[in-house]
This record gives sequence, structure tokens and C-alpha cells, in this order.
Amino acid sequence: MKKYALFLGCNIPARVRQYADSAVAVFEELGVGLVDIPMFNCCGYPVRNYDQTAFLLSAARNMALVKKAGLNDMLVMCNCCYGSLKKAEYVMKEGGRLRKKIDLLLARNDLEFSDSIQVKHLLSVLYVDVGIEMIRNKVSQPFGDLKIGTYYGCHALRPSKITQFDDPVAPSLFDELVELTGAQSVDWPSRLECCGAPLTGVNDHLAMSMADKKLSDARDAGAEYLCTACPFCYMQFNAARENGCSSILYPQLLGLSMGIDRETLGVSDHMCRTCTHSGQAA
Amino acid sequence: MVFNILLYASLIIFFIGLIYKVYRWFSRNVTVAARDVAAPARMLAAIKGIFSVLFSSKIATLVRVFFVDVLLQQRILKIDAIRWLTHFLIFSGFMMLLLMHALDSLITEPLFAGYHSTKNPFMFLRDFFALMVCVGIALAVYRRFFLKIFQVKNSGQDKYALTILAVIVLSGIWLEGLKISSYSEFQNMVEEYSWIDDKTEKAALESLWVKKFGLVSPNTDLQSDAAAMALGRESHENYCADCHSSIGWAFTGIIAAKIISPVALLLDRIHIVDILYYIHIMACFIGLAYLPFSKMFHIIATPLILMAGAVMDRETSNAVNIATRQAIELDACTHCGICSMHCSAIMVSEALANDYVLPSEKMVALKTLTTGKGIGSAEMKAVREGVYMCTNCDRCTVVCPSGINLKELWPGVRENLVQGEIPEPLLLSPFSFVRGLNRADFVADDYSAPLRSARQTLAGKFDSLIDADNPLDLGETDGLDLSSYPGDATFAYCFECRNCTTVCPVVGHYDNPEAELGLLPHQIMCCLGLGMNEMAYGARMIWDCLACYQCQEHCPQNVSVTDLIYRLKNLAVENVKEA
Repeated sequence: MKKYALFLGCNIPARVRQYADSAVAVFEELGVGLVDIPMFNCCGYPVRNYDQTAFLLSAARNMALVKKAGLNDMLVMCNCCYGSLKKAEYVMKEGGRLRKKIDLLLARNDLEFSDSIQVKHLLSVLYVDVGIEMIRNKVSQPFGDLKIGTYYGCHALRPSKITQFDDPVAPSLFDELVELTGAQSVDWPSRLECCGAPLTGVNDHLAMSMADKKLSDARDAGAEYLCTACPFCYMQFNAARENGCSSILYPQLLGLSMGIDRETLGVSDHMCRTCTHSGQAA
Repeated sequence: MVFNILLYASLIIFFIGLIYKVYRWFSRNVTVAARDVAAPARMLAAIKGIFSVLFSSKIATLVRVFFVDVLLQQRILKIDAIRWLTHFLIFSGFMMLLLMHALDSLITEPLFAGYHSTKNPFMFLRDFFALMVCVGIALAVYRRFFLKIFQVKNSGQDKYALTILAVIVLSGIWLEGLKISSYSEFQNMVEEYSWIDDKTEKAALESLWVKKFGLVSPNTDLQSDAAAMALGRESHENYCADCHSSIGWAFTGIIAAKIISPVALLLDRIHIVDILYYIHIMACFIGLAYLPFSKMFHIIATPLILMAGAVMDRETSNAVNIATRQAIELDACTHCGICSMHCSAIMVSEALANDYVLPSEKMVALKTLTTGKGIGSAEMKAVREGVYMCTNCDRCTVVCPSGINLKELWPGVRENLVQGEIPEPLLLSPFSFVRGLNRADFVADDYSAPLRSARQTLAGKFDSLIDADNPLDLGETDGLDLSSYPGDATFAYCFECRNCTTVCPVVGHYDNPEAELGLLPHQIMCCLGLGMNEMAYGARMIWDCLACYQCQEHCPQNVSVTDLIYRLKNLAVENVKEA
């Protein structure tokens, strides 16, 4: 089986540890090899507002580290990291003036970018590389009547020319992945819009109203949980949770349906009462 | 006499320094946490805290940390085995030299009957410990000055620490070598410890010492036949052997003696042994007296932090004690650079040529700031930028071998810096995410005021746009570079269908978006088309942009709307930085 360099970014190890734990457990079950590269740095996303060289160099160094480790594929678990790395991958592979500039800066660190590097989203790896059938075979405890609202997140979907994730207007990849667990993916109005996290700390009123709208829209459409595959969306929804349904990370949902224990997945009792009830009913 | 005067003088300076530094622990405010608590009250809180730990089950944790982290330095080992070896060689070698050799009259003599520094195992051990320190120093010098890891910076303190250690140890080794070869030392010893009258026996002993003990004699007529050797050996057994093991065991000293043997007589004549002796003890005394003011103070502060860190936490510990711990943490930092090598913002530091992005350099700035020394305004700008340029990944805290809780230090430091007069553009970036998550912890206007001032500096320059009665100030077109990025020039394709504005969730959020945002996305593209970049990057809209890429995705003309807004933010920041 192919090996992936696991890119966790800054938020997951510090604040959403359960996301990493559950993903590692799920991929182990699926027989996918994940390689930890301890010297990875920030994807460049937060500095993109400020300086484009700093952004591109940060992103490109990570890709160069993947190459140095003898790998080609990078598995990314955060939408903002993904968007940022995808953008940098695109700019670097396109070549030109910026590529030259970044190549020089990388060379100063004894690193080199390689066109063979592929930045991949966690969900794409599951859907495309691992494959639906493989996952279906591993689902041993499918949920019964659990209703899930999928939340794709902006930087996975758009700009579609660069992210190449799914149809940006009518995506279905995540919904299919959710339905593999036996849960039902409900359609809901603002599922393709922004969670507001980019403005948390900058314009909190706007940011929170974005999050609140998602949570109440999903609840109104009958979803019991919002399922995300991004630490920013997840933290944003948790910060706003009072007004709507709770959220769950996709590897946790998948892990539960595979029969992985809740402790490994970092699923708290409160958080997933409904999930496990449905699981047992199935 | 001179020795004692120097010793007591340096001890007095050491203790005054120690008291001063400890006082600073209780008076210094790294963050605002204990601003209103006086030093005596902080001391009292610390004593209470210490006692409550000593008489609880946490004592077991303290003992474990003392052995595992303080003595064995497991935290360094976890990061890098070579670095652990480097530090452990210096630490253990020097500590053993201190206890066995420097404090021999206090420790080794009472403990071991018949102790002589020239007798085994002590003679061998002294050289062995010295060699350990030398190897450690060599490894450290190699890492700091030859490996060229660009995140590892060398401050004056780093150079001082290595220099003083090297001078102490190397002067000791050369002193031993010189003593071995010194003829006058030999004569003094013979006079003092033997009562040989016979000239032949004296010559035989001297001859033996030249042969076997590295002595360099001016007498060229010494006999070295078997009979002379046997006589010399007998004399040696009678007078010397009680206090002198075979010189080969002093392996570093004998190497030094061999190296200098051609010039040993000359050196002996100018009393080099005395000179080197004073260099050796002066280096020790300088090291001792200056210790509280140097980086070497970490040998006191770091164990405290390692142990305090194991038994304190933010939820249950007294906030005043946390403030005190943070003050001690500044002294516990050894500027080793491990945090900076693991810093997530490492490339930002390189791209912006700002060392203060790196945690180890922030600590240096912080030390300067808290001692009340001023920092120039340009440098202060770099410090403020560096301190805010943190992704809150907490890795520095995870890897710090001194156990400094950096992740709890930064937010407070950050607030100290952004609450001032000067606006910080970085507040309007995702670097503010964690600050935003913790906004409930702020009092009064402390949370919003810095954001407001950043926004005022960066945006809102074209208010005339809102008032339809005002004539539109077109201003000058400027020559800012908007062509380096792929897609930068795509604004030219805009035919103002307003799709971008229609799908924008930010525009949709406001009842009166033009009043709130200044310019809407399609208007910004229009500005760019007219060459009015300054107007475009003055719009408040760009700072409320979520970068969700709805506009760009839905543009029928493939205008890179979101990417252009990113570029405008960059330009606005450059503009403010230059001003």
C-alpha cells in the first residue's frame, strides 16, 4: 500500500488532537501507511494576508520535506492547510518567476521542490485512493437512523481549478463517504458556505453569525450532527454550538462504524450519545 | 591569602547577584498577570505553594523530575541524542570537577582518607572529567559555529558561556602539564617531602622522574642506566609514591607536558606555573561571580522550572505563582535554539528576515524588555511582528529542554505589545484565531481596541465613496506591482456582472454592505481596472474577506477575485510598514 506523509498542521496537535488520533486509527484499520515528518512547518495559510513570499516558502518547504523523506503524497487533514498547499503546489508547478524565487530560498536550506509531489485531502485519499469498496468492507457496525449534515469546507472545494477536489457546486464525495457508515446524509441550505473561522479573532460578530447560521440550518434540515473534516470548521462550530447541533470529525464517525473504540477515537460521551445509540441499534 | 580574598570577593558578588535575581523573580512582570501584586506578597504565595506541594503526593513527582529531567536531562535526549551527549558531558564532567577537585578540601578529603589529587583514582578521574567537558565543549562549538543551522543564533552570552568553560578546563589541563614538566616544582617537592642528602640518590630520583614522570630537567649529565633507575625507584618508593600514582593516569596532563617539553625549561624560568594558576583560579572566580548575571544562571533556574512545571498548572495553581514562574522562565532559557528549529513559523522568519519570529529570539527580546532596557523603534517593530507571527502550534513548549511553558507565555507577551499606541496589521489575519477563541478571557476593551486600531490604520481610507453627494476622489494611479502572481492581471477581464458581490457571504451578512465594507468585490475589481490600487486596498471589504473563494469560483470571466484581494491585503500591509 502507498505511503503518505501525514501533514497535521498547527491546530490539530495543539487543539484537536482527537482528529489526528481517530484518523491514524482509521487508516491503520484500512492498511494505509502514514509517515510522520516532525520538521514540518506551518502551511503558510495565516501569513497569506501579510506576505506572499512567506506564504509560498512555508508551503513549499513542507513539500520539499516530503520529497526529502522519499515520499510523493502528502495527506492533509485541515482545509485551510489543504487550500494553502494546493495553491502553492499549483504556483510552483506552473513555474515562472515565483518558482525561481522560492527554489532559491529552498536551496539555502538544502531543500528542493519536486513536481512529483501530490497534495491530497484526507477525504480524497479515502474516496479515491483507498476506495469506497475497501471502506465498505471494513464497516462492521453501521449506524441505523443517524442523520448527518456534511460540511465540505471552502478550501477543499474552491477554487476548484486548483483544489481539484469535487464538483464545487454540487459535490457528493463527502456525502457518499458519510453514507458508507450507514448514516443518512441530509441536504441542507448553507452546506457549501464558509464556517466563519477565518474571521474569528478579526471580526468575531461576522464570524460567529456565519457559524450560527450553519448550525441552525443543519438542525432545521434534521441533521443530528455536522460532520467536518477540518479543525478550523470543527473548532468554529464548537465555539458556537449553543445554538444548533454538535459536530463530529469524519474519522471519528467512520471509526465508530468500523467498531474502533470511542477512547481511541477521542469521542466523548456527551458528544456522541446519539451516534453510539444508533450504532448499537444497527 | 590572595586566593582567599579572590574567593570571598567572588562569593560575595555571587550571593549579591543571586539575591538580586531572586528578587527579580518576584518583582518582574513578564505578562500582566500579577501587575498589582507586590514582591513580598508574591514571595509569600510562592512559599505557600512550595509547602503545599512538599506536603502532598506531588512530592513523588518532584523527586522523579529531579532525577529524570534535572540530572539525566531526558528532555534533551528525547529531541536529539548528540545534543544530550554534548550537554551531559559538560554538565556531569564539570559538576564532578566542582565536587571532587574544586571543593576537595570540603568534600573529597573528609570522605576519602588518604586523598591526594595526584593519587588514583582521583588523578585519573580529574583528567577524565576534564576530557568529558572538553569533548562536550568541542561538540557545542561545532554545532553552534560550524553546522550553520540558521535558526540557531549565537548571542554574546552563548559565546561567553563556552569561553569561560573552555578557559577553566583548558587552563587546568595546561597547568597540570606545566607542573608535571616543571623543574622548580620538582625541586620544591624534593626539598619539602624528602630528606635525601646523597647527591647520587637525588640525581637518580630526578633521572627516574625525567624518564617516567614527564619532568624536564636542565641537567644533561643524568645517569639512566639500570642501577640509577633502581636507586631512583627506591627513593621514589620512600618519598613520593605515597602521594603520586603513575603519571600515565593523568593522561591529559602528560600530553600537555609532552607538547611543551621542548620549551619547558624556558617556561619554568618565567614561572609560568604561577601565571597559569592565576588564570585558572581567576577564570573560576569570574565564572562564579558572574554566574547570576550570565546564561550559566540556568543551572539554578532551569531545575526550578522543570520541577515547578511538573506540579503546576493554570487551572489549579495560584495566578500569582504562575507570574513568578514566568519570571524565572526567562532565566531558565539557555538560548539553545531547539524551539526555533521546531518553530512552525520558521520559514516566515526567513522570508521576512525577522529573527524575532523564532521563539529563542523572542526570549532574548523579552529578557531585554523586562529588565527595562529600551529597544529601538525599528527593532521594536520587528519584535512586535515576530511575537504576533505565531501559529499557536505549541511545539516550542513540547520540545523545550528547560521545560519552559512558552505557550502560556506568548499570549500575555502578545497582549503587552498590541495594547500600545502602535497598531499591528497582523491582528487582521488568521494569526488572531486563538486570540479570538479566548476572547471571553479579556477584560473591558482590551480585546477590541487593538483590532479597531489595526483596522483604522489599514482600511477605511475612501469614505467619500459612501456619500453619493461627494465628488469621487480618483487620486493618482500608482505603480504598485500587481503582476508577480499568476492571475494578478485577470481583473482586466471583469465586465461588472456583479456575480462576485452577489455570492459573497460577507456582503450578504450586512443590511447596508456599502456602508460597512466601503467597496464591494466588483467595485474593487473595477478600481483595479482603473489603476486605482490605493483605493482598492483601502477598502474595508478586503479585511472582512473570508477568502472562501465563492467570488472567484463563480466569476464567468475567470477573474481571480479572492487571490487579488489577498494581494491587496499584502499591498496594504506593505504600505503601512513603509509609512
